[in-house]
Amino acid sequence: MPVVMDADRIARTLTRIAHEIVERNKGVDDLALVGVRTRGVHLARRLARTLKEITGDEVPTGALDITLYRDDLMRHAVGPQPLVRRTEIPFSIDDRKILLVDDVLYTGRTTRAALDALIDFGRPRGIQLIVLVDRGHRELPIKADYVGKNLPTAPDESVQVCLQESDNRDEVVLQGGAA
Amino acid sequence: MSAPVITKVDDIAAITSLRRKDLLGIADMAADEITLVLDTAEAMKEIGSRPIKKVPALRGKTVVNLFFEPSTRTRTSFEIAEKRLSADTLNIAIASSSVVKGETLADTALNIEAMQPDMIVLRHSSSGACHLLSRICRSAIINAGDGMHEHPTQALLDAFTIREHKKQLQGLKVAIIGDLLHSRVLRSNIQLLTKMGADVWVCGPPTLIPTGITRSGVRATTRVDEAVADADVIMLLRIQLERMEGAFFPSLREYFNVFGMTPARLRLAKPDVMIMHPGPMNRGVEISSEVADGPYSVILEQVANGVAVRMAVLYLLAGGAEHEAAA
Repeated sequence: MPVVMDADRIARTLTRIAHEIVERNKGVDDLALVGVRTRGVHLARRLARTLKEITGDEVPTGALDITLYRDDLMRHAVGPQPLVRRTEIPFSIDDRKILLVDDVLYTGRTTRAALDALIDFGRPRGIQLIVLVDRGHRELPIKADYVGKNLPTAPDESVQVCLQESDNRDEVVLQGGAA
Repeated sequence: MSAPVITKVDDIAAITSLRRKDLLGIADMAADEITLVLDTAEAMKEIGSRPIKKVPALRGKTVVNLFFEPSTRTRTSFEIAEKRLSADTLNIAIASSSVVKGETLADTALNIEAMQPDMIVLRHSSSGACHLLSRICRSAIINAGDGMHEHPTQALLDAFTIREHKKQLQGLKVAIIGDLLHSRVLRSNIQLLTKMGADVWVCGPPTLIPTGITRSGVRATTRVDEAVADADVIMLLRIQLERMEGAFFPSLREYFNVFGMTPARLRLAKPDVMIMHPGPMNRGVEISSEVADGPYSVILEQVANGVAVRMAVLYLLAGGAEHEAAA
């Protein structure tokens, strides 16, 4: 299984994205990070730490569970329901610029669900999308504003993002495919 | 007991769906299913604190609330839960239904079923009414109280409330005091609490203690001080005058003097005791107003948590049963 990003690469990438955030938004005023559970939350927290180091300012950080907004939730008449976890956004998103963070951008359906969920929390001034890996194969008109790595993949491959917080190591692995 | 008691009951649920089409009672649920409902309810509770208290999870699903007995709390709670999940809801109350014209429960259910609902929430005065519907209906059946048998969502919301305060259910002394004989809340709570490893005591006048209750793994006493001593949780049950045929005790006033929960009796319990009541309360009968409105009371928290727990049950049952998918 090829490792496409190792721990150093992930760390450098997040630092670069943090600088891009500061450059594009001319600082971090009115910004807030919202990570999509599970690994998007870990990445959002890391970005918040890096932004603090760069600018000295705290960026509010929240966690979003998109399960109840999935478009495939009730498509199968009989089947196990995905596990719902807690959404924690302990600040008002009204008039803020929200940085939505996810680990992998693929079909865009998770991002669509996250956008709908966010809008139910208020009216942000804008939403920007941050992903660690963009693997292509979009099924919806969605594009990331900050991309850690563009990774061309085949549809039958899978991209596994492992992070210290949940997997005890930092790496991105490309799995499967017609080998 | 039918289900094994697992030791690490408060871990993240190892399963992600219930092994059933219907929620008829706690008796046939396993501890991991109970934990899944409680964990899911934690996520659902947050939705109630949002500016827009609605998620699209059950969009396009139809839920019929079929209530053959008066109910304010439970019916309202289910209806709010259904609406927060974006289900279409329909309330059928006994007074306005064909039942008054002589239709049987089975015929009423089959007629409703013909209109393709996805779930039926049933409250009925006969024990086992929801089991009948479960056999004849394709829809998921949720028991909102059947006679003197079970009231599973009440026990689940009680457990949720206890877990919020005490972190876990295992090892807690829970004293349940009041009209034990007529209480479906008691039967569901005994099932749930013993499965999750709590030490359950029940207490009431000898005429209101069901025979053989100790076979369900609880301790029974007629001495309220013994039940309350060092209790972590005190749950009071309503004296159900409407279900009583005959004289079970001399007077309500005497009942209050012997069994009523007063500040003096409360001092025998642990310093961080929780006072619970499934409602509706008879103030001055099973509970004094000082206790009901006092600092240890979580009675209104129970009501608030009822919505989150019912959202969890509706969500988990909406996907159907896993074993059916595999079969």
